[in-house]
Amino acid sequence: MYSLASYRLMTGNEAAAFAVKQADVDFISAYPITPQTIIVERLSEYVSSGELDAEFVPVESEHSAISACIGASLAGARVFTSTSSQGLALMHEVLYIASGMRCPIVMAVANRALSAPLNIHGDHSDIMGSRDAGWVLIFCENPQEVYDYTIQAFRLAEHPEALLPVAVNLDGFTVSHSSEPVSVLEDDVVRSYLPRRERPRLEFEEPASFGVFALPTHYFEFKVEQEKALRRAGEVLEEVAAAYPNSQGRLVKLSKFNDEGKIAVICLGGTAGTVRHVLKNYGMKDFSLVSLKLFSPFPSEELLDALNGVEGVVVMDRATSPGAPLPPLASNVAASLYEAGVRLPLLSVVYGLGGREPTLKMIVEMLDKAREKVGKGRTGVSRMYLGYGGGEK
Amino acid sequence: MMQVSKLSDLYGREGLSPGHSACQGCGATIAVRQVLLAAEPPYIVVSPTGCLEVISTPYPYTAWRVPWVHVAFENAAAVASGIEAALKVLERKGMGRRHKVIVIAGDGGTFDIGLQALSGAFERGHNILYVCYDNEAYMNTGIQRSAATPPGSITTTTPAGKREWKKDIVSILVGHGSPYVATASPHLWKDLANKVRKAQSIEGPTFLHIIAPCPRGWYFEPHLTIKLAKLAVETRIFPIYEVENGRYRINYLITRPRPVEDYLRLQNRFAYLLKPENAALLEGFKRWVEERWNQLLKMASAFPA
Repeated sequence: MYSLASYRLMTGNEAAAFAVKQADVDFISAYPITPQTIIVERLSEYVSSGELDAEFVPVESEHSAISACIGASLAGARVFTSTSSQGLALMHEVLYIASGMRCPIVMAVANRALSAPLNIHGDHSDIMGSRDAGWVLIFCENPQEVYDYTIQAFRLAEHPEALLPVAVNLDGFTVSHSSEPVSVLEDDVVRSYLPRRERPRLEFEEPASFGVFALPTHYFEFKVEQEKALRRAGEVLEEVAAAYPNSQGRLVKLSKFNDEGKIAVICLGGTAGTVRHVLKNYGMKDFSLVSLKLFSPFPSEELLDALNGVEGVVVMDRATSPGAPLPPLASNVAASLYEAGVRLPLLSVVYGLGGREPTLKMIVEMLDKAREKVGKGRTGVSRMYLGYGGGEK
Repeated sequence: MMQVSKLSDLYGREGLSPGHSACQGCGATIAVRQVLLAAEPPYIVVSPTGCLEVISTPYPYTAWRVPWVHVAFENAAAVASGIEAALKVLERKGMGRRHKVIVIAGDGGTFDIGLQALSGAFERGHNILYVCYDNEAYMNTGIQRSAATPPGSITTTTPAGKREWKKDIVSILVGHGSPYVATASPHLWKDLANKVRKAQSIEGPTFLHIIAPCPRGWYFEPHLTIKLAKLAVETRIFPIYEVENGRYRINYLITRPRPVEDYLRLQNRFAYLLKPENAALLEGFKRWVEERWNQLLKMASAFPA
């Protein structure tokens, strides 16, 4: 039975740590990096006080953190780690191995810009650089989603049809450090939602070799099977979400605001809240909002459903893809439209790099531009940098 | 801990089955066989990328009869840390049991690219045995120099011989406060087996450094592997000793060392060093061997076991 324990005032980072504690993880290995540090600190406290019966391994680098997580996962443990920015980049090599070895690791990524120049503030450059690593990528709009999605991430990762690592993304500072009342479940409700499942593990009496090498005769098949597993993770997500006790917190692939809009704004993470506020309060009835919660596997079908009746799209990327025709999210949206034979005018917006947070005024400016570029009768792709060169201080 | 004095004292589970694709006379696989015959079950083996991984696990085959895992090149000690800590908590929670975790890594994965993870694991004090089979270069990629390559040795990246000394990995790990660090050679199999037993019986991170002659990379005939391991020891080039809680014990005291040339001449990797015009380099090599031996004697007398 679903029962709300209470509301707790928590930041995104605290919500992640609290969810991990309730998920009864066995093993945590992480290295501190701003803006993720609070997650690691809280978990250390939970382990130290005995509230969480787990081993916390404070490694000497993020590369070792994710490596230790793979070892622990193959030993049969429920495993969590967390990082940001340079830390995720340092893990890069091992991210592919975690998914290739089908380790159901859950990782919170407090998204932050990548060097150079050094910058500790929010954007999606870190995770977008690893978007082909074969992980399930979930984006959260607020601390409540961080809490709900982190718990569901464990069930999704450990689902026998998936057995894949999941990264739960929360915008650095705007979500990781913002407090809000978070509705939390009772510990035992979370425990029964996350039953332990057997999977192959390292055991002397049943010896198996993990992490073997594959020649050209087999490697290709491994990678295609892995891609299929990632697709299946998208399919079982609905079943995983449907079983989640708090029906309001169920993980969805995307959520749409205002079905009447003729121009759809598509974005990831906390920015959706800002856009929704503008649409609601500034009388922007001609726009709708699609807040994507699942980036990988990319929910093309659901996105096309959400764009039914729309005449133009605005795609907001908080990362660049230098040298590419379009940045990551716009590229995926364009490919989804192309596959469906739909040629909507598209405005690709790059915004918020290095923590230049999108203000209400900036969103209004973007929507004005959108009317001009992707409104009725328009075609093709146009681009803009929102808040670039004289963004508000 | 049961001492090994005869073959029947070994546990008898062959960890690595025959039929793997190592070169004839591979010193590494001889060392691995000895380690695993001596190791107390249950255990899990972790290997970084390298010769051992490549010769034993071409999918869909595996030569491993014991649980084995490979993740990447530079992180074997981190992977081992994760397994060790995870099994500790799983046993506590009634969902698993502890295994002894044994890393078996080459010199590249230990002295060079894996040093950070190794240092981290030893500093944190995980209960693991880390075995380095030292064939003194990157053999898997075609004989490139590593920090373990001895001075004067020709490799494909030191075509005129390496100019630097060999990194003293034992001192580095002693410096981490490891309770047990030892060297071993496959020609002294009882010593090697007992060191594995001893290392496993001690709580904390322990390290075994094994000389592993490589016919392909050292350019010698495959039947000479054990002879070369023996000569490395008897020339004092590879001393056999152990450091227990900072106390030194030389297990195989070489009172009358063989001339280093006896060892060098059997291997074409030292051809450059042995040229008459490079006599000064050879003298430097001899001084290096002598100084290291004298240093070891001083440590053994200052901090006796």
